[in-house]
Amino acid sequence: MEEKTVDLKEFKSAKEAPKPKDLAELDKEEKERLKLLGLDEGLKREGEYVQIDAVPLLCRKKVEGLEILPITEALKKYEWIKDYYWKAVSPEKDQFTKAVAEDLDDGYFIRVFPNYKLVYPVQTCLYIRTENIAQKVHNIVIVEEGAELNLITSCSVHPHIGSALHIGISEFYVKKGGKLTFTMIHMWGEKTSVRPRTGIIVEEGGTFVSTYVSLFPVKNIQTAPVCRLIGKDAKASFISIIANHPGSYVDIGGEVHLEAENSGTEIISRNVVYGGENIARGKIIAKAPKVKGHLECQGLMLSDEGIMRAIPELDSFSYDVELTHEAAVGKIAQEEVEYLMARGLSEEEAISLIVKGFLTIKIEGIPPALQSQIDKTLELAKLGF
Amino acid sequence: MEILLEIKDLWVEVEGKEVLKGINLTLPIGQTHVIFGRNGSGKTSLLMTIMGFRTYKIKHGKIYFKGEDITNLPPYERAKRGIGIMFQRPPTLKGVKLRDILKLCAKENSVKIEELARTFQFENFLDREVNKGFSGGELKKSELLQLLIQDPDLVLLDEPESGVDVENIQLIGNMIKRLLQKDIPHKPRNKSGLIITHTGFILQYVAADLGYVIMDGEIYCQGNPVEIFEGIQKYGYEECKKCLKRIKTI
Repeated sequence: MEEKTVDLKEFKSAKEAPKPKDLAELDKEEKERLKLLGLDEGLKREGEYVQIDAVPLLCRKKVEGLEILPITEALKKYEWIKDYYWKAVSPEKDQFTKAVAEDLDDGYFIRVFPNYKLVYPVQTCLYIRTENIAQKVHNIVIVEEGAELNLITSCSVHPHIGSALHIGISEFYVKKGGKLTFTMIHMWGEKTSVRPRTGIIVEEGGTFVSTYVSLFPVKNIQTAPVCRLIGKDAKASFISIIANHPGSYVDIGGEVHLEAENSGTEIISRNVVYGGENIARGKIIAKAPKVKGHLECQGLMLSDEGIMRAIPELDSFSYDVELTHEAAVGKIAQEEVEYLMARGLSEEEAISLIVKGFLTIKIEGIPPALQSQIDKTLELAKLGF
Repeated sequence: MEILLEIKDLWVEVEGKEVLKGINLTLPIGQTHVIFGRNGSGKTSLLMTIMGFRTYKIKHGKIYFKGEDITNLPPYERAKRGIGIMFQRPPTLKGVKLRDILKLCAKENSVKIEELARTFQFENFLDREVNKGFSGGELKKSELLQLLIQDPDLVLLDEPESGVDVENIQLIGNMIKRLLQKDIPHKPRNKSGLIITHTGFILQYVAADLGYVIMDGEIYCQGNPVEIFEGIQKYGYEECKKCLKRIKTI
């Protein structure tokens, strides 16, 4: 039976964990793990932020027009940050937001200055190295008017630690005509609980593209980012690509409020269930005329042991709207497997290719570097039986 | 004459219904045989059984390929040994590109995928989801391209002409010709084919060595494929039955 709840009392503060001084302290296995997720010297990055437990260990930018700071420093440096801090997510939302508000273990602050369009991604990594701690981070990303940022975040835990909890508050602000592509590629552990709490505000003509990739076992994760499109022509896409493993409880949602004329969204999820429980939620709330929203959820069941729930929701408070949803859950068709077997693939190879294909989504507007990172993760995840 | 495929007294069921009733067939290396028959007569079942699909349950009989008993082998083992099939209605594989499958088909063969695709004016389809939204002719081209790269010794073609428009039929014919090495002299040829056809179009491109008529799961007659086809066109399949009855009476 999957554990769905988290008892905060079970975890120590990340501040009590030993404090690493350098990334070189990571052992070979840890480095390999992070490299798989994109923290790779060989890849072009505009900037990086790496935090281990409660300690920011790497925080650097390589180009103009970009600022990266640990959030604790940003809070000291900028008085105006109060206009963004806890403004897209309420500290009173639940016990997890409260816990972060009371005891912050840092996080990243990233700002792209007006009209700077960064070509390569900015990489962040929130890593838990010590057992039984709760890592509580708060991230703020501001993409100023006409700016563009591709942010890739790789979160993970030490390959051999037991229980751990990650709570991440993320507040994203996309100003007029800006674009933020946010890609999360995560490799949690079988004993890791994860509670991201995310709020996004997109202004006129702004675009937010979020892709969440979780293909490895996790104990339990529950998240439901809330995105407000407050300016006309604002757009948001949420894509989640999930492999649900036995013993994992994965509840991924997404809620988009279409608050301005001609704003639009799509929420797409692809879920492969090997076991455990998988919930794919999506909610679109139309509050303005001429808005469009589409929800799509597809589940592929590979076992009788797993549970898959698709919960789409469309709410309209306006007359002139176009909201649609489609959901489908099923198994792999035998004829597809046999088709590939006739080409010389074993049954396992055939299933692996079908699953990989099922999880492959061509994401509109995602830069090639991020797409190739997602494709690489799909290759690595050994998606057969 | 060296034998490539030998089928002995093959009885097959699909969901409890007998679809093949005592089929005997011998296909020598380098030859192409053509199968005629009405819809539902058992033609496709025969090809599917040779490929080893699970739905087709062999109740009795044996299939030998290159002298080896392959009756109980799964499809991929048969594919590895040199059997390839062209599906009449191939499934769509979500998110899987034609190129992905071609790469897998190529395995050790160092075939140039791009080059071959260009030869058959199909390079624009390499990065499309396999079979998704393909027209009848495009489906056939996709199937034949996969087979050309897989390069099997025994080619099973299920109605290669169905759904193909006039413009493409010649191209399809040429692909099949190449697949069966009909463009080289008989002697060094080592590719063999078993082809189901309704329209007989294939006979214009491929000099078939033998034809069969299958009716109700049995082979009713065999002989010169052109003559058989002309007979069917002239008298219909009913005559085949009568003809056989006559043979039996005699």
